[in-house]
Amino acid sequence: MNTTEKTRIENQKLVDELLEVYPARTKKFRKKHFEIVDQEALESSKCSMKSNIKSRPGVMTTRGCAYAGSKGVVWGPIKDMIHISHGPVGCGQYSWGTRRNYANGVLGVNNFTAMQITSDFQEKDIVFGGDKKLEQLCREVKELFPLAKGISIQSECPVGLIGDDIEAVGKKMTKELEIPVIPIRCEGFRGVSQSLGHHIANDAIRDHVMGTRELAEAGPYDVAIIGDYNIGGDAWASRILLEEIGLRVIAQWSGDGSINELGITHQSKLNLVHCYRSMNYMATEMEEKYGIPWMEYNFFGPTKTIESLRAIAARFDESIQEKCEQVIAKYKPEMDKVIAKYKPKLAGKKVMLLVGGLRARHTIGAYEDLGMEIVSTGYEFAHKDDYEKTLKELKESTILYDDPAAFDLEYLAEKLQVDLMGAGVKEKYVYHKMGIPFRQMHSWDYSGPYHGFDGFAVFARDMDAAVNSPVWNLLKNPFIH
Amino acid sequence: MRQIAFYGKGGIGKSTTSQNTLAQLAKKFGQKVMIVGCDPKADSTRLILNTKAQSTVLELAAKMGTVEDLELDDVLAKGFGDILCVESGGPEPGVGCAGRGIITSINFLEEEGAYEGLDFVSYDVLGDVVCGGFAMPIRENKAEEIYIVCSGEMMAMYAANNISRGILKYANSGKVRLGGLICNSRNTDREAELITELARRLNTQMIHFVPRDNVVQHAELRKMTVAQYYPEHAQAAEYEILAKKILENDMLTVPTPIEMDELEDLLMEYGVIEDERTAVNK
Repeated sequence: MNTTEKTRIENQKLVDELLEVYPARTKKFRKKHFEIVDQEALESSKCSMKSNIKSRPGVMTTRGCAYAGSKGVVWGPIKDMIHISHGPVGCGQYSWGTRRNYANGVLGVNNFTAMQITSDFQEKDIVFGGDKKLEQLCREVKELFPLAKGISIQSECPVGLIGDDIEAVGKKMTKELEIPVIPIRCEGFRGVSQSLGHHIANDAIRDHVMGTRELAEAGPYDVAIIGDYNIGGDAWASRILLEEIGLRVIAQWSGDGSINELGITHQSKLNLVHCYRSMNYMATEMEEKYGIPWMEYNFFGPTKTIESLRAIAARFDESIQEKCEQVIAKYKPEMDKVIAKYKPKLAGKKVMLLVGGLRARHTIGAYEDLGMEIVSTGYEFAHKDDYEKTLKELKESTILYDDPAAFDLEYLAEKLQVDLMGAGVKEKYVYHKMGIPFRQMHSWDYSGPYHGFDGFAVFARDMDAAVNSPVWNLLKNPFIH
Repeated sequence: MRQIAFYGKGGIGKSTTSQNTLAQLAKKFGQKVMIVGCDPKADSTRLILNTKAQSTVLELAAKMGTVEDLELDDVLAKGFGDILCVESGGPEPGVGCAGRGIITSINFLEEEGAYEGLDFVSYDVLGDVVCGGFAMPIRENKAEEIYIVCSGEMMAMYAANNISRGILKYANSGKVRLGGLICNSRNTDREAELITELARRLNTQMIHFVPRDNVVQHAELRKMTVAQYYPEHAQAAEYEILAKKILENDMLTVPTPIEMDELEDLLMEYGVIEDERTAVNK
C-alpha cells in the first residue's frame, strides 16, 4: 500500500467518524455529500456526490438565499443602476455593503453601488400590497438620482407570498421614467441556496437587457468578462491582461459593470467565463441565440493564468498569440520572484477550503504555485458539473464535501491539522479561536485583487501573512491542555 | 364570554344568517354581542348598523400609517340591539394579503380590550379556511364554537367538510369545537335529511333548518335584519329559535371530516347526484 492510498483510507475513516455524531437518518443523508477522491474518480472525472439539494434541517449550513444570489451577487455590482430591496427592511440593510465589488465612478452620479434602497414593508404593505409603494419608490429614485440608468427590483420573501405584481410595476415605470425598471423574482424561499438566485437574475438579464443596445463600433478582438465581480479589484487585474494581449473588453459582468455593458454583450466575439456557477446561464443563452462562443478561464496563480491566457489567445489570430507570449515573458520573471520569496515559507502547508461555487477549485492552482497542498475542499452551493470540474484539480485522497455544516468543517480542520483555512466571514473567527490561520475566500478579507499576475503577488503575501504570523505562537487555546 | 364563528361556502348566506340570528340573540335574550367581520368585502355588519359599510380597521390603519395609531372608538360602532360591530376589512380583490389583514385586526381588537364585558363575540369569516390568516379566528384563545352555514347543494357540503378539516387541525392543539351545521335552505331535494346525515357523519348536529323566505331579502334590501324589519314574521321566529339553540347548545364536538368519495356516495344515496350507470341508462 502506498502513502496516498493509506491517506485515502485514513481520510475515509475520518469522514466516517465525523458522520457518527449524526442521527441515523441525517447520517445516511449527509454521507452522500462527502467524497474521498480515489484513482477511479480521477480517471473518470465522475463524481457520485449529491449536491444542489435542500440542506438537512438542524445542520448548520453556510448557504444563502435566492435574494442573496440575485441582489448580492449578480445585480448588485451593476454600478449605474439602483437596486431596490423590495420588502421588509432587513434583507437590504444586512446585505448592505457586504460584498467588496469595487466600482469606478462618482458616488451618486454614475456609481450607486454604495446605496441601500428598500421599500421597507410595513404591516399595511403586506395587507394591501406593495405595488403602489413600489411605484412611488421608483419615482423617488428617479428624482433623487436622475442619472441612474436603470432600476432593478429585487423581491424579498413576502412579495412572493402576497403575489405583488412587480412585473406590471416594472412595465409601467419603465415607460413613465424612461429607464429600464427590471423586476426580479428572487424571493429568498425559492430554491435550496443562492444558486437559484443567480439563475433567476440571469433570466432577468436575458428577458430585459440582453441584446437591447448596439455597440458603436464592433471589432474583431471584442471579448466580454462574464462572472467576475471585481472583488477587491479582481476584474481590473484581469482586464488589463486581456487588453495587454490585444483584446478589447467590451463588458464586465458584473463587477464594475453597467447596464449598457449588459445590453451590448451580444456583440462580443468571445465570452470569457470566470464564475461558471453564477453566470453560465447567460453564456449559454448568448451562444444559442447569437452564436457567441464562450470558454472558461482561471486567473488565479501564474500557472493557471498563463494556461488561460494561451487558451484565450488560441481563439484569435497570431498577432494576439504573439502578444500573449510577450505578456507571459514579461510577467513570468516577476511571478518567479514572488514564488521564490514565498514558496520556501509556505511549501508543504496544508490548506482546507470552503467557498461558494467556483473558488474551491479555481484557487487550487494558486496555492499549488506556492507549494501549498489542498487537503480538503468543497462548496456551499455548487452543482454536479462543478464537482466534476473540481476533480480535475485534485489529488488522490483529498476530501471533497458539499454544503458542509460548521461542525463538519471544524472537525476536519482539527483532525487534518490544517495550516490554513479559507472560507467566509461566518467561519473566520471560530478558526482564529481554534488557533488556525484563516483567510476569507469570498471577500479576500480587506485585501485583493487576487486575479491575474498583479493579484497573485497580493495573494502570496496575504497567505504568508496569515500562515506565518507570529501571533499564532502567542495564542494558547484555553480549552486544550 | 363565548366566542363563536360562522364559516361556510361563499354566497351561502353566512352574513345574513349570522346577523339575523345575533340580532335575536341580543334582542330576545338580552345578550351583549359583538360582531367581528373577517371578510375583506366588509359586509358582515350592515344589517345591524343599517348602513352601507362601516369604516374598517385596516382601512383606517392604512390611512393613519400603522394599526398602533388606531383607537378602539374609531372602529367600533353600535347598531340594532346594542350589538357592537367591527369590520376587519382588507385589500381590494387581487392584491396584498387578506389573511394577514385578519390576523392584524384581531390582534388589535384583543390588545385594545375590545372584548371586555361581552356575552358573545361572533366572527364572520369569508368562504373557506384557505390559509393561516382565515383560520385565525379558530386558533387558540379565539372562537371556541364554530357554526357552519350550508345547504343541500353539493359544493356547500363540500365546503362544510373542508372547514371541518380546518377545525379538526386546530381542535387537536386548542379548544375549538364544532357547534353544528346551520342549514340555510335552498329548497333542494330532501335537504333537511341530507344535512342531518352529513352532520351525523361529521360527528355534529344540524342545529337548525332555516327555511327559505323572501322576507329575508326584503329586509336585506333595507339594510336590516328580519328582527328589525318585520319582527312579527314567522321567519323572525325561526332566527329566534336558532339563537336560543345556540345559547343553549351543549353539543360541542371534535369533527370527523369525511373523504370526498364518501361525500359523493352520500349525495347519490339522497338522490342529489346520480351514479354513472343511472345517468348512462337515461
